[in-house]
Amino acid sequence: MSTASTSSSDATLSKATSSLHRSASLVRLKEWGIRSLLFLCAAVSILTTLGIVAVLFSNAIYDVSPRQVGPNGEVRTNEAFFQQVSLTEFVFETRWTPGYTEKHFGIMPLVCGTLMISGIAALIGLPIGLCSAIYLSEYAVPRTRALIKPVLEILAGIPTVVYGYFALVFVTPYILKPLFQDLLGFNVGVFNAASAGIVVGIMIIPMISSLSEDVLRSVPRSLREAAYALGSTKFDVSTRVVVPAALSGIIASFLLAISRAVGETMAVTIAAGQTAIVTADPLRSVATMTSYIVNVSKGDAVIGSIEEKSIYAVGLTLFLMTLVMNIISQFVLRRFREVYN
Amino acid sequence: MNSTPTVLTTNAIDQSEVFRVDVTGPRSAAAQGQKPITTARPTVAKQATGEVTHPVKIRTKNVDFFYGDNQVLFDVSLDIPEKSVTAFIGPSGCGKSTFLRMLNRMNDIIDGTRHTGDVLLEGSDVYDSSVDVVLLRKRVGMVFQKSTPFPKSIFDNIAYGPKVAGLRNKAKLNEIVETSLKRAALWDEVKDRLNSSAMALSGGQQQRLCIARTLATDPDVILMDEPASALDPASTARVEDLIFELKKNYTIVIVTHNMQQAARVSQRTAFFFQGVLVETGDTRALFTNPTEKQTEDYITGRFG
Repeated sequence: MSTASTSSSDATLSKATSSLHRSASLVRLKEWGIRSLLFLCAAVSILTTLGIVAVLFSNAIYDVSPRQVGPNGEVRTNEAFFQQVSLTEFVFETRWTPGYTEKHFGIMPLVCGTLMISGIAALIGLPIGLCSAIYLSEYAVPRTRALIKPVLEILAGIPTVVYGYFALVFVTPYILKPLFQDLLGFNVGVFNAASAGIVVGIMIIPMISSLSEDVLRSVPRSLREAAYALGSTKFDVSTRVVVPAALSGIIASFLLAISRAVGETMAVTIAAGQTAIVTADPLRSVATMTSYIVNVSKGDAVIGSIEEKSIYAVGLTLFLMTLVMNIISQFVLRRFREVYN
Repeated sequence: MNSTPTVLTTNAIDQSEVFRVDVTGPRSAAAQGQKPITTARPTVAKQATGEVTHPVKIRTKNVDFFYGDNQVLFDVSLDIPEKSVTAFIGPSGCGKSTFLRMLNRMNDIIDGTRHTGDVLLEGSDVYDSSVDVVLLRKRVGMVFQKSTPFPKSIFDNIAYGPKVAGLRNKAKLNEIVETSLKRAALWDEVKDRLNSSAMALSGGQQQRLCIARTLATDPDVILMDEPASALDPASTARVEDLIFELKKNYTIVIVTHNMQQAARVSQRTAFFFQGVLVETGDTRALFTNPTEKQTEDYITGRFG
């Protein structure tokens, strides 16, 4: 306090402010502490992302020290995936056989498998999810809603491995086989993309319905009343006013759900099998990017081998796909916001 | 005068001439958007217009209304004349908005409401089980306190009502949009940007857009729930002018907190207090010479 008063030319003013300064600095210290803590929490996710990108990059694209000396003095090459395989082969080759003697590294079969299963899942999950959201938000009486919402939440809580077995032991033998094999004469494999796509579709329903219901319900009541006052039926109000007004949120929920479907691993690994082929037949076994990574990880691939490195290349591809989708969703959201607000 | 029956005396002809001037006087003033002129014989003119050109459009009989167990309207019986403006006034929570919303069954969409008594539109009960509420709301349109443009283009906002009614003809829709916007005195301001978002309009424009949107469904009756209470004075004046114009073709019922507004735009006024219709009558008579003590206290600002 004495230093404060001597350093200032106006003694009375500095006395008054110096007593304020003391408590203020304590408060400021606390504020600084809280701020740092919160920043660290936020930084954790950024650091993790950076770490993941670094690992993917060093294993998939370029390793700075490819030669390593093992514990017994032997020299191991530890070159990154793309230091051994050209990008052209990775993108344009149609065979994916890293574990075979004759090795081919074309990502196309895995991308095809992923897109096919996500596509089937979207085809099933998006309309059912949106329709249940509209039902819950616009049509259901409170008692029905109180019954359906918890059931949907249970659906979201089921472990994905259970979905996988559900596809394998129920969807394929009791739905797909009787319908497509016995009735229509197609050959349905034990492992197939369709059953995986169906269960992933069911899996994303709660996500879409709950997110979309939230945005539908947040559409102001006054807008609904205005539509009713113009002679609308409930269906008109739902489809022509409420859904368009909530469109940006609905699209956001769709994109999140599709990201989930693309990244879904366990159910797909169990239900779709491991056949990395380029096919348009959903009744055949396919391999997805995620299921390939799982199988190599749990298998006996030698550390440092090209097979082990290939999962990083696949992982990087998956990462880029999700990134592109997020960028697209941001772009779409911004566009719709311009139109609708 | 040539058509006047010859049996009438000269004196009688003179009187009828004076009578006609009295009737047309206030009306032509109204057409110019001015206040009706108070003539030396206002009662004669009013009775003439009230009885001859304004048959009852909506009649309610012994209406009670409940939100759950809470009764908010008590035995309301009221006649609303055709092609004129009827104002509902009263303090907040007096039931005037609830009563207004009964007239096109907007309360139906609120859970846990019920009513007793009858609401008759041109003599037929709107709450009858055979009535299609969607068709009823097309005939009895509504404009709300808060302007509620849909997050669509101006064109799509106006065309919404005709479209849900099944109209697909593009030329007809164009025509309806133009007429409705012209009637709502908004056409000149928006005709060059019909495809831009309605959300970009100013508050006053949005409210006129909502009125135009209601007009597009071609109603007979327009219910207005405090249509100008969220607007600035200039926009309020425009909406009031519009109401004045519209009453030539439509039956208008307006709920307002603003007694000057009720006095300016309406021909008849109904005063509600605590769910009861206290007094109803000719607007000028009600404001200058109320029969009930409660009405007088309210309009003189002693409460409310």
